[in-house]
Amino acid sequence: MKEIICIVCPNGCHLITDGADRIEGYKCERGLDYAKAEMTNPTRVLTSTIRVVGGIHRRCSVKTDRPISKVLLMEAMERVNSLEVAAPVECGHVLIKNIMGTEANLVTTREVAGI
Amino acid sequence: MNRDVVIIGCGIVGAAVAYELSRYNLDVEVIEKENDVAMGTTKANSAILHAGYDPAPGTLMAKLNVEGLELAKELCGRLNISFRECASMVIAFTKEEAAELEKLREQGIQNGVPGMCILSGEEARLMEPNLSKQALAALLAKSSAIVNPWEYALSLAENAVANGVKMRFESDVSGIDRVENGYEIHTTSGIVRTRYVINAAGLNAEKIHSYVASPSFRTLPDRGEYYLLDKSEGRRVNHVIFQCPTKVGKGTLVAPTIHGNLIVGPNNETPRDAFDTATTAQGLDHVAQMAKKSIPSLNLRESIRNFAGVRAATDFDDFIIREVDGAPGFIDAAGIKSPGLTAAPAIAKMVVRLLEECGLEVVQKEKWITIPRPMRFSEMDSAEKRSAWAKNSSYGRVICRCETVTEGEILNALGSYIPPRSVDGVKRRCGAGMGRCQGGFCSPRALDILAKYWRVAPEEISQDRTDMYILTGETKAEVKRECTT
Amino acid sequence: MYDLIVIGGGPAGLAAAQAAYEEGLRKILVVERDGELGGILNQCIHNGFGLHYFKEELTGPEYALRFIRMVEKTRIEFKTDTMVLDVQPDCTVSMISKEEGYQVCEARSIVLAMGCRERARGAIVLPGARLAGIFTAGTAQRYVNIEGHMVGHRVVILGSGDIGLIMARRMTLEGAKVLACVEIMPYSGGLTRNIVQCLHDNDIPLYLSHTIVDIKGKNRVEQVTVAKVDDFKKPVTGTEFTIDCDTLLLSVGLIPENELTRKAGIPVDERTRGAYVFDNMETLTPGIFACGNVLHVHDLVDYVTLEGQRAGRAAAVYVKGDQKTENLRMMTLKAGKEVTYTVPQYIRVSGSADESAPVFFRVGRGILKGAVVVQAEDEKIATFNREHMSPGEMERVALPMKLLSRARVAEISVSVEDTSELLK
Repeated sequence: MKEIICIVCPNGCHLITDGADRIEGYKCERGLDYAKAEMTNPTRVLTSTIRVVGGIHRRCSVKTDRPISKVLLMEAMERVNSLEVAAPVECGHVLIKNIMGTEANLVTTREVAGI
Repeated sequence: MNRDVVIIGCGIVGAAVAYELSRYNLDVEVIEKENDVAMGTTKANSAILHAGYDPAPGTLMAKLNVEGLELAKELCGRLNISFRECASMVIAFTKEEAAELEKLREQGIQNGVPGMCILSGEEARLMEPNLSKQALAALLAKSSAIVNPWEYALSLAENAVANGVKMRFESDVSGIDRVENGYEIHTTSGIVRTRYVINAAGLNAEKIHSYVASPSFRTLPDRGEYYLLDKSEGRRVNHVIFQCPTKVGKGTLVAPTIHGNLIVGPNNETPRDAFDTATTAQGLDHVAQMAKKSIPSLNLRESIRNFAGVRAATDFDDFIIREVDGAPGFIDAAGIKSPGLTAAPAIAKMVVRLLEECGLEVVQKEKWITIPRPMRFSEMDSAEKRSAWAKNSSYGRVICRCETVTEGEILNALGSYIPPRSVDGVKRRCGAGMGRCQGGFCSPRALDILAKYWRVAPEEISQDRTDMYILTGETKAEVKRECTT
Repeated sequence: MYDLIVIGGGPAGLAAAQAAYEEGLRKILVVERDGELGGILNQCIHNGFGLHYFKEELTGPEYALRFIRMVEKTRIEFKTDTMVLDVQPDCTVSMISKEEGYQVCEARSIVLAMGCRERARGAIVLPGARLAGIFTAGTAQRYVNIEGHMVGHRVVILGSGDIGLIMARRMTLEGAKVLACVEIMPYSGGLTRNIVQCLHDNDIPLYLSHTIVDIKGKNRVEQVTVAKVDDFKKPVTGTEFTIDCDTLLLSVGLIPENELTRKAGIPVDERTRGAYVFDNMETLTPGIFACGNVLHVHDLVDYVTLEGQRAGRAAAVYVKGDQKTENLRMMTLKAGKEVTYTVPQYIRVSGSADESAPVFFRVGRGILKGAVVVQAEDEKIATFNREHMSPGEMERVALPMKLLSRARVAEISVSVEDTSELLK
């Protein structure tokens, strides 16, 4: 038996599942959908930073523009960590298209002006 | 290199001796094991200059306390060190304690303390409205004062350096050999030869002493814990409020600090070792209870920092200031517990007299300069602020929001005779990080300025002592640094 | 002479400036101490901002940028890298910067939007040795996210506030090992979403009703001692265990930054630690308004924006001389049972039919099902049902002016009845 805390709304229902078909404790359909996704393929938006050269800051914040599979997060971080961009950096700039075949793009989430 | 005098330890005593010796044509060096001045007991104490009614008449403590206070007043004026004669009250809560006040006053008169009188509880509360209703009487001593101990020690040390005294930081003394006409001091940064040695090593004085002679005293480290409260509590009392002294010390006090905060403490406990400046929940609880006895309305929720200091007490009930038996020219200035901060300039003068008695010839320098402490930006009026910026635009960049400390002041400290190496070194000189956010805002900025000035990676900058690293590497390219030692 | 000076260029200040501009003010100055606008949002690189306001999930810098873009299109003036030193009740503001030096600017109105600061070690009386490696979570966040420095490898977090939880995930992603999150209360101070996505996702244990009783080390933190606490939050002897770590992050609360406010003589509510305000966000000093975390600590930035807009609009009304306050009846809002504070604390009751006063408050404990009761003396004038109220989250009710104008009393109270008890 596994417990999943639903984060869809502030209710924070504690759902119990046997890891297969049985899911209990949800109060709405959205909770059920969340639990199913958490069991089969939980996904998260990855947010982090990349290196910047020649900017007013040495890092620029980035994100995946849609959630990616949770199990891929650490591997995606390796890709993120290897990146370096030159300032000025625009917000929303696509750094990696379709990162690791997830259909998510890695994009910048802020501007970094050059020195 | 052969020095005339080497001072071991640069707390308030070492700094005062260095300052005093810098007046003369002598080759003087100070050896300090840490990376800055005032890193031991001087850093963590009540920051009070005592009037002098506490020590038993006839002791060195009594004599040097009263002399030291007079000297300190003059010194602080000359060096522009913040000093405020805010007077003190010793509070009696019982008839027995009230009788004790009489004794203290008698003692004070014998010690030559001016401006004392005994107040009734009512009179005391008129002057100190937040004082407990339980207070029966108070001994008022008008000459008690408050200072900033770091600023005081730093200013003395800086003036010494400005007048030719050498400073050797990060140098732990590992042994001392008797050689012809003096001593050879082994340190972690090399050997120093000297004719005379002053042992001002505070909590390490017993060890330093043992390098040249058999033990004549034993260090009994005594820890005291404190609260520092926000400036919003700074006006809770106008005087230094003591309770009746006990055998172990002057008890828990509540006092304004020179920068407008409130200090509350200490207690007395035996630390694990002489360098154990940890605070404990029980200790601080005890301090809180004791302090509320004097000032029931005290709001400890306004606490911004807790700290502990270790007093360099010994098994001898007085300061130990004398030439060591069997070690000619080696002078102990040991066991400097309270009122050591007050007595320091008088201790320094006494040490110089002892050196002369040992045969050191002292000749006044023709040119002896005084470098007053620079004015803080927050102390300036608007015209002074304008002109400070006009001369140097970095006075326009505020680094510490709580205490309004500017980049200009930090750069100025970095250009001084004893530049700060650490973030706390900047705090001690400029006040950045002293405020209610305790460096949350300014420490990344101070760290950046330090790294640029010393041309080192940010990871090399320490919080306070060497090896107290703040950062452990870079994100994205982990430069692995071992954090534990 | 400015129409309005906004102190602080974070989300509250930007929203206030923008709203005042839209209401027709033209001479507006925003003073920001940092080098760029956006405030603390710039270091909050995680997502989850803007769900209420923009109906989409943005990261902190993206949320900030939307407002920066808006104000850049206006003629609002900005001074960055500029620290305000002093605010006078007559709306004179003195400030200093490297570029322009010491300046005194006059205005017809002021919006205070200085935000808040973190509680540090000294404020919670955390015992142990004085060592390197102890950071407030927000300071660590700046080091890691903006400056690109790592603050440690083996991390313990004290307090389960959202910044601490967010940093647990950030440090993990950057290769550190987060060993525990220790919370003195029996419940977490952060959002459930953050507990799940930051702690559970990374198998980080959360110790509720526990605290740190000792910190050991020579130069940097080497070990912390954790103990269980009893109902009075006192450590229970015999429950101690140690964790070897090199870093301790503190996420133990935020405090509105009101030093300028206090210095200006503007009355401050000791419960919120922000200024007392009317329903239009005006402080008790006419022409000076306050909004955002300087007023009370918010849980979501979306509400900061709304509050900022309200303050900005009110400042514009004030400057244009349209504020008709003389004839309005003033009502005091009291925090009743289960309620720790209300913002605003005062309402000027207008008879307007379509207006209402938004009232924010927090509860003192977790309440599963409750009724928010607005009461005038013995008479209940409004009741709002709420579920899942917790001290970590702000509650909001809108009080229709029409309803208030019917109550002929000088004081009304907001309290919460725990109806979950009744159900049992």
